[in-house]
Parts: sequence; C-alpha cells; structure tokens
Amino acid sequence: MLVSILNIVISGLLMGGLYALIAMGLSLQYGVARVLNIAHGEFIMLGAFITWVLYSVFGINPLVSLAIVGPVIFIIGFILYRTLFTRLRISSASSAAFEGNSMLAAFGLLFIIQNIALAIWGGDMRGYSYLNFGVNFLGAVFAANRLLALAFAVVIGLAFYIFLARTRLGKAIRAAAQDPATAGLMGVNINLVLALCFGLGALMAGLAGLLISMCFPIYATMGLEYTIIALIVVVLGGLGSIPGSFIGGFILGLVGSIVSSWQPALAMAAYYVLFMLLLLVRPKGIMGK
Amino acid sequence: MRILEGEGVTKYFGGLAAVSNVDFHIDQGEIVGLIGPNGAGKTTLFNLISAALVPKPGAIRFKGEKITGLKPYQICRLGVARTFQEVKVFGNMPVLENVLLGSLFGTSTGMSSADAAREATGLLEFVGLSAVRATPAKDLTLANQKRLEVARALATKPELLLLDELMAGLNPTETAEAMELVTRIRDKGITIVMIEHVMKAIMSVCDRIIVLHHGEKIAEGTPQEIATSRTVIEVYLGE
Amino acid sequence: MNTIRDIFKRPLVPGLISLILLILLSTLPVYGSDYNVILLTAILMYVIITVSWAIFSGPTGYISLAPAAFFGVGIYTMAILGEPLPLLVVVVIGGLVSFILALIVGALTLRLRGVYFAIFTFGLVVLIKELLLFWEISITGTRGRFVVLESNTTIYYVMLGIFVALMLTAYFIRRSKFGLALQSIGESEEAAAHTGINVTLVKVITFAISAFFMGAAGAIIATRWTYVDPYVAFNPLFSFLPVLMAIFGGVGQLYGPVIGAVIFAYLEEILLTTFPYYYMLIFGIILVVVILYLPTGLVGLVQKLWKRSSGEQHANT
Repeated sequence: MLVSILNIVISGLLMGGLYALIAMGLSLQYGVARVLNIAHGEFIMLGAFITWVLYSVFGINPLVSLAIVGPVIFIIGFILYRTLFTRLRISSASSAAFEGNSMLAAFGLLFIIQNIALAIWGGDMRGYSYLNFGVNFLGAVFAANRLLALAFAVVIGLAFYIFLARTRLGKAIRAAAQDPATAGLMGVNINLVLALCFGLGALMAGLAGLLISMCFPIYATMGLEYTIIALIVVVLGGLGSIPGSFIGGFILGLVGSIVSSWQPALAMAAYYVLFMLLLLVRPKGIMGK
Repeated sequence: MRILEGEGVTKYFGGLAAVSNVDFHIDQGEIVGLIGPNGAGKTTLFNLISAALVPKPGAIRFKGEKITGLKPYQICRLGVARTFQEVKVFGNMPVLENVLLGSLFGTSTGMSSADAAREATGLLEFVGLSAVRATPAKDLTLANQKRLEVARALATKPELLLLDELMAGLNPTETAEAMELVTRIRDKGITIVMIEHVMKAIMSVCDRIIVLHHGEKIAEGTPQEIATSRTVIEVYLGE
Repeated sequence: MNTIRDIFKRPLVPGLISLILLILLSTLPVYGSDYNVILLTAILMYVIITVSWAIFSGPTGYISLAPAAFFGVGIYTMAILGEPLPLLVVVVIGGLVSFILALIVGALTLRLRGVYFAIFTFGLVVLIKELLLFWEISITGTRGRFVVLESNTTIYYVMLGIFVALMLTAYFIRRSKFGLALQSIGESEEAAAHTGINVTLVKVITFAISAFFMGAAGAIIATRWTYVDPYVAFNPLFSFLPVLMAIFGGVGQLYGPVIGAVIFAYLEEILLTTFPYYYMLIFGIILVVVILYLPTGLVGLVQKLWKRSSGEQHANT
C-alpha cells in the first residue's frame, strides 16, 4: 500500500518536473515577451527529434546533446522573435492587439514546424533506448532515465530561478516583465531582453524535449498535448508568474499520476476539470497578481 | 435625500491602498466636485461606484440600496452613468449609434428602436452634436468625443452622473462650453459628481467638494471652505 | 470607379447578386457533374465554419480556437444518431449539442480576459477527442463508427440549407440591436458594459450561435466521410483553417470570410492529394505572412485601395 502510494507520488514528481520545465519556458515567453506561444510544444518536439537523430545517426549521448540542442533551439527562438514577433510588436495597434496577433502567428508557426517535421520524418513513432534499466528506490522500481530526467528538470529549473533572482540579466528580465517602458528608460535594452526571454523559453522546451525523448517514444505530432498541459500549468501557477509555473507543474504532475493510476486515458480530462475549477474559483491562479 | 453613500470604501492593489476607508455621501440635486493630486484615488473611487472594480472592504449604497457586488450594466440600469478619463467612444460607429446604444440598453425598462432613435437624436441636439451624427466617432475632435460620451451616458436616463475629467485637454472656449453643459444637465434634475483638475471650473460650478489624497478623504466642504483650508493648500503645494 | 461604388451602394444590388448566386447554387446538381457537387459541398462546409467563426471572433476580438471541437461534436452526433433518427433531425441535434457545449465553455471563460478563452478553446478539441477515445475503448469496446450513407445530392442540399440559414442569421444579427451591442463590445467592452449591455450574455449567446452552425455542418459532412473515429473527427486542422480563411479574407465585412473560405477550400481540395504535408506548411506560412502584412485581410486591402482611388479624406469634425 505504502509502496504504491510512493510509486504514484514519485511518478507524479517525475512528470511534474518535466511539466514544470516546459511551463516555465512558456511563462517566460508569455509573462515577459507577452507572446502566448501555442507552438511551444513544437519546440519540445524539435528538441526530442534532434536528440534522436544525433543518437541514432551519430551515436551522440543524449546527455552530451544537452549542449547541442539547447543552443540550437535557443537560436531558433531568438531569431524568430527578432524577426517575426518584433515586427508584429511594431505593427500592432495596441498591446492587446499584439497579444492576439502574436498568438495567431504562433498558431501559424505550429503548423509550419509540425509539417516540416512530418515531411522529414513522417508520422510514425520513433524512439531509442537510453539508460532503460530499473533503479530501486525506497522499495519501488523506476527507470533510470526517468529519474535522470527529473534530476535534470529540477536542476535546470533551479538554475534558471537563481539566474532570474541573482544575476544582472535576470533582474533586467524581471524589470522588463513588470514595466517594459520604465525598464527601457533605465538603460535596459528592451528588445534584446525580450528576444532573449523568448529564446530562453524555447530553449527550456527543447531541453524538455530531449529529456522526454530519453524516456518515451516520440512522434511529429506530440507537441500539441504538451502545449495544452503547459498552458493549464501556467494558468494554475498564475499568468506571468514563473515560480508559479514551477510549482504548478509539480501539482499537475501529481494530479496526472493519481488519475493515471486509476485510468491513464483520463489524465487530460482531470487537467481540464482542474482548469474549470480554477476558472470558477480563482482565475488568477496560485501566485497570480 | 442621499442618492449615493459610501461606507469604509477601500481598494488595495497588491500592497498599495488606492482608496482607503473613504466615507462619503452625495445628496440629490447636488453638483459635487472630487479633487486631489494625481494618484489620489479619484478614478478608482469612480470605478468602485460603477462596479468596474469591487471594493474590499466597504459598501456603497444608491438610493438606500446596496449596489456593491452588482455588475456594471446593472448599476447603469439602476440610474448611475459615467464618463471615462481616457475617452471610450465606439470609434468605428457613427455618432448617433453610439448614443443609440445607451437608449436601447441602458434604461431599466428598455424602449423600441423608433423611440430610442428619437431620444438619441434629441440628446445629440442637447449636447450640440447634431451636425456630425453620421461621422464615425473616432474622427471627432477630443472635445466632441467628450460630448459624445456625455450624450451616451445621458441616454441611459441616469439620476446620478459621474464625470471623469470632462475638461481635461480642452481649450478655454471648450472648457466654458463644458461647464455650461454641466449646469444644463443639473437643470434636468440629474445629480453630478465630477473629477476635475481645472480649479476654476470646480469652484464656480460645484455645491460641495470632496478632497482625496493618497486614497483617503482629507477634506470636505463648500468651495469657499476648501479654497481656504490649510490642509488642502498644503497638500497641493507640497506635491 | 465611383459609379461602380454607387451601384453597389444601392440597396437592392447586393440582395440581387445573392439571389442570383442562390439560384445558381440550388440548381447545380442539375447542370453540374458529380465532382462539382462534391467540391461545392466541401467549399460550402468551409464557408460555414469560417463565417461562423467570424460571427463571434470578428466583432468581439475574442479568438476562438475551438471550431474543430464543435465541428467534431456534430460529426459524432451523426455517427451515433444517424441510424435511428431522420437526417435533418440529427443535423439539428448536432448543432444543438455544439450549441450547449459552447454555452458551457462561454459561461466559464467569457467572464474573464480573452487569454483564458483562447487557452480553454485551444485544448478543447484534444480534450473531447481523448474523452471519446476513453469512451470507445473502455465502455463501448468499439473503435470508430460507420456513418449512415446519403447521396451526394442530399448532402449538398443540406449543406446549402445550412449555409443559407447561416448567412441569414449573420445578416440579421448585424442589422439588429444585438449586432450593434456585439460591435460595441469589440470597440470598447468596458464602455459597453457601462452603457447597460450585459456583455457576458451577449458574448456567450453569439458564441453558442456560431457553434450551432459548425456542429450542423459537421453532422452532415459525416455522411460523406462514412467512417469516423475520434482522430478523424477531432482534427486541429479544422480550427486552423477557419482562422486562416477568415483573416485572409478579412473579418471586417461579412463577405470577407466567404471569399477567404472559397479560395482556400478550393486550394485545399487541389493540393490535398498532391502535397499532403507541404500544403499545410504553405498555409501556415500564409497565415503568418497575412498577420504580418495584411491584418485587415483581402477585403481591408480592397477597401483601402478603393478609398485611395476615390480620394476620400476624413477631416476632423
């Protein structure tokens, strides 16, 4: 009995860690750069597929790929923001119009990226085996790769949190999130910061994709579901709150684990029930202002 | 009769109290001025009355009935109308349609389209906008857009009208016209509360003045009393 | 140039054009080939979904990403009820189920800021798909359903009927008090609320009306597809396409989404067999380009050119 509770809790934390990482990236993009990036899941998918290609074609260890996938996805995100979204910011009549337009542009990106992947790799499931052995932990057995994924998710999340709280650039980002105009006046290169944030958000998605590819099969249309989950986590944590997304990710992971132990197919339904409760009772989420 | 009363009205944004424990009353038929330095909480107080925001804590009563917790459209239909500091007209609609919406939806009983059109046309005449009835609202001058907002508010048949900085951005001629409009509205029997920075207007038109500072009510009285009040002068000079 | 404009402004002309179009469309099965009928059915379907989307998201600015969900609900209604009940009844029920679903979604989300609405509608199609999958696998034990067959002509006429009903509804909404209120919400929701309009109610009802037609269209097209399962019925593509078509055409006027839908529906039919992934890729690129450079759509562009050529100017009055 205790073992199965432990099983559920740790499974929940494993998924939660990934959700937290994904949601923090999205929260950064929406909270600071004000782009509701519904193509977020596609960056996860790209990270997963690049890792898989590097492993199965070039034999590169996924953990080594961290150093490749991260920068590559970051650059893609950064360039996308500098070209597409910055242009959109200039041409949008108001910030509300920009939010709408950027979400629609992201919708277009979703289909572009997904179909590029479908064209290259087709719709079948792919996967590889890495660190697939079991690890005994407090009486229950967990796959080593999942524990590793959790460890990395937490480490990346904490590193990012410290980056935001302690470094100069991190403080500039927080200033830009609060009040872009004033931050600009105080010498913060606001356009650079916004693009960096978007790129960082994409990077976190890409790394999450890498970690996911270590544990689960991947396929070109896998992004959509992760995007939806990330969006719910961001609402749960509070729109614009990155610590909220971190906590919210783990909460959703636990909820998913509990529901999955009973009926795996109802996990998304459970997330939506939680979503609906939030909308009724506390739309601003756990840490929303 | 007290047409509007507020008890302990408070509103926090994060840790900051925009409005703090304000008690106020407005008597029927008055023109009351609401003044104070920028950021004193004047527009926030209007927002709390019109239900754009909810006071927490505090209660507001209109004609003796509690209105805190109602939605804006309900408060409008009860008889409280307002204008906005940043003018919110329906830009892509013709002027007449802007006012028509007030007649169609803002009254407690509703009316037929024909009657509403008649009322709206009459109101355009009252505020002096008949000539531009077909112009899209976004193409009007600022002064005319403000008149339009007033006409739209009047279309909802209010007993109480809240005017938020009606005279901001107007030149002296337009300001005088606005002041004259305010008196004509009062002559129709409508109680008015106006937020203003243009002191001359406030002093000449208002029966009573309430002064806010940092969200608190610091003074209240006739224009004469307020003009000579030490507290008020310090607050304005000290800023 | 001016004379053409003046002709269009005369009250009977758009009505006359619509009547001629309607006559041509109604008699199509008589003079057109089977292929034409099937093609026009598909085009009408896209026009219905797109115009329905634009009825709500156009004036209010609340971007719905749920058309695929309502469309799919209609499809599945036909799959489940198509056998026992008469065709038209099921089409209406399909619309009604979508209507009720939209009422619930709207009541939950339209009291809040637009971003909650966008997020909720975005995931809706996946949610319903997974619920149906669970239902089919765990409870009924089936996987997918066969839908009752109808002739191409029947399907065409039902779709045409839904189209006409939709256009009439859209037209009357626009001309009514309700439509005026709807427009004011898009202009300034706060001012609309303070002018006595129950903005939440207006939004929810409009959203539900738009969902009704999407559901009805789904119900009838299911008879063409003959086999449906949750993956086929709930495809995010049907949320993407109406958005693309409406924005390309231009949401300012009623006929903007119609034009956009006709163009892209035709393109899709042609490209679907030749370049399956590439055409969706191209459509995605087109959406991004349109948002960047043509936000008012084709109709907006034409209007701008017309204004420039007739030398109109708006002086401050």
